[in-house]
Amino acid sequence: MIPERILNLVVILGFIAVPIWAVFADEIFTLTLVTKAMILGLAAVGLNIALGIGGMVSFGHAVFFGIGGYAMGILAHHAQTFTPLSVGPITMAGTKSMPVIWITAMLVSAAVAWVIARLSLRTTGVYFIMITLAFGQMFYYFTISWGTYGGEDGLPIYVRNSFPGLNTLVPLQYLMLCGAALGLALLLQWRLRASPFGLALNAARQSPARAETVGLDPMRIKLWAFVISGTITGLAGALFADLNRFVSPTMFSWQLSGELIILIIIGGVGRLFGPVIGAAVFVTLEHWLGGLTDFWHVWLGVILLFIVLFGRGGIIGFLTGKEGPHV
Amino acid sequence: MSVILIIEQVLNGLQFGVMLFLMAAGLTLIFGVMGLINLAHGSLYMVGAFAAAWVAGLTGSFVLALGAALAAAAAAGALIEMLVIRRLYKAAHLDQVLATFALILIFSEGTRWVFGSFPLFLDVPAYLSGPITLPGGIQYPFYRLVLIGIGVAVALALWWLTARTRLGIQIRAGENDREMIAALGVDISRLYTLVFALGAALAGLAGALVGAIQSVQVGMGEPVLILAFVVIVIGGIGSIRGAFIGALLVGLTDTLGGIFLPELFKLFMGTGAATQTGSALASMAVYILMSIVLIWRPAGLFGGQS
Repeated sequence: MIPERILNLVVILGFIAVPIWAVFADEIFTLTLVTKAMILGLAAVGLNIALGIGGMVSFGHAVFFGIGGYAMGILAHHAQTFTPLSVGPITMAGTKSMPVIWITAMLVSAAVAWVIARLSLRTTGVYFIMITLAFGQMFYYFTISWGTYGGEDGLPIYVRNSFPGLNTLVPLQYLMLCGAALGLALLLQWRLRASPFGLALNAARQSPARAETVGLDPMRIKLWAFVISGTITGLAGALFADLNRFVSPTMFSWQLSGELIILIIIGGVGRLFGPVIGAAVFVTLEHWLGGLTDFWHVWLGVILLFIVLFGRGGIIGFLTGKEGPHV
Repeated sequence: MSVILIIEQVLNGLQFGVMLFLMAAGLTLIFGVMGLINLAHGSLYMVGAFAAAWVAGLTGSFVLALGAALAAAAAAGALIEMLVIRRLYKAAHLDQVLATFALILIFSEGTRWVFGSFPLFLDVPAYLSGPITLPGGIQYPFYRLVLIGIGVAVALALWWLTARTRLGIQIRAGENDREMIAALGVDISRLYTLVFALGAALAGLAGALVGAIQSVQVGMGEPVLILAFVVIVIGGIGSIRGAFIGALLVGLTDTLGGIFLPELFKLFMGTGAATQTGSALASMAVYILMSIVLIWRPAGLFGGQS
């Protein structure tokens, strides 16, 4: 049995060693895969705050992933076509600057997360799962039928957006940028869990009634946890769109919401590094099994079944010999 | 906008609604009795459609095809219940969602493996095709009327089954207190397999019936599955009556919204903008309906507890 700290350290070292190897071996595609794993990991870190710590099984986190993607797509589209962007009475120019895009993505995600949480937290259990799914579907169908930004075909962005002082067109530099975002999010998740807010959130998951008797307001705590969670996933969406230089309604699809949950389950629910390990394993499997057979989803399904039926606590639970928190 | 068009669209909405009911009835039974969220229900719908298309291709008989759909879906349902689902009854909802999501992946890719990526076709038989004239001179496809008839008949049969038969008493008792009916000597695991197979058979029937007016292809089950979930959440999970009313509401909202919302917006907008806003809103309409219902009644229209 490996202590969780050592395991986390191994994962961090892996995320540093693989890109270094890839640069020396000139394996550019591996860099793209690592960047993808980092971004999906970041999205899942966001979901993990709601799901793992807060116990809110959101089946609609693709909403924030998609909002982040479309924040990037819309701003960069107006910048590349030199058309002004009008939001109600305000008219502004598009932008190709990553910091501006990220802040927009996070602000919009936070606002939408607040509204969704306000409405959804009235329900519990299956109804919560289903109402978050419904919100995801609303955004999905809205973007499909909204022709201005490509509708069903999506929106291509020709050149990756820029970050001051970096050349984001160099794969390694973009990878490091995504790695930094992931690192910050992990740091935030780690600090959050140890903070009074995180402890209160933990209590609100385990027993709302008891949390209430000691003077906490479980609803409010969960609401803000959901907002933080959506904000992080929104940032991941913007990064993902920039990795592919393309946004489409599939970023809002319920399959994506399901995949984000899968990442967390594979890694280990409520664990600090669960989402990251899950994302790394998922991307590796997708690449490796996808190369072996066109039907790799069958094997992904079988692996998932085994993890759910026999491997409580995901990979981290298996390696450390300890079950994770119960959701 | 003529009366004939409105009546046609209402009939289309009803037809869509009763087909959703066939899916939703199984889902809601399985949730009510076993407490299980079954995402793989859409795969059973697909299994039914593929079995029907395959048998119809071999024999040319639509009735045999429907029989094959019922049998194949019920068998697939009983099989996954005994191999996988049985282990999930006591698990958290999260585990159930994941395991049945895994089953979707296995079923979808497995079907693609066997039948390939191209859609199969299942034809409406000659004696059911063609339009018929309704009172008032409305021409309407006969097959769609038959679908409405089958849906209503299944709804009545389900009501009879749960309200008037021994199995129905066991099902209702199982919803209320599974330990007690086990103690009274009912073989609970056999009952569960039976209920699961029944739900699966209904899904398979829906798949075969709808497969004749759409194409039969991998992934056909998931859009219907999501709508069926919307239906049972609106109706209140576990309630067959709720599923029926929810299904009709969703079917009518989806069908009528697509036609009338763009027209509605044309009253105070330009044609282009109205079409875009109207159709965007129409595609979201059922989900908006569902969130309004849940915000108003967090356990659905006929739901007791969540």
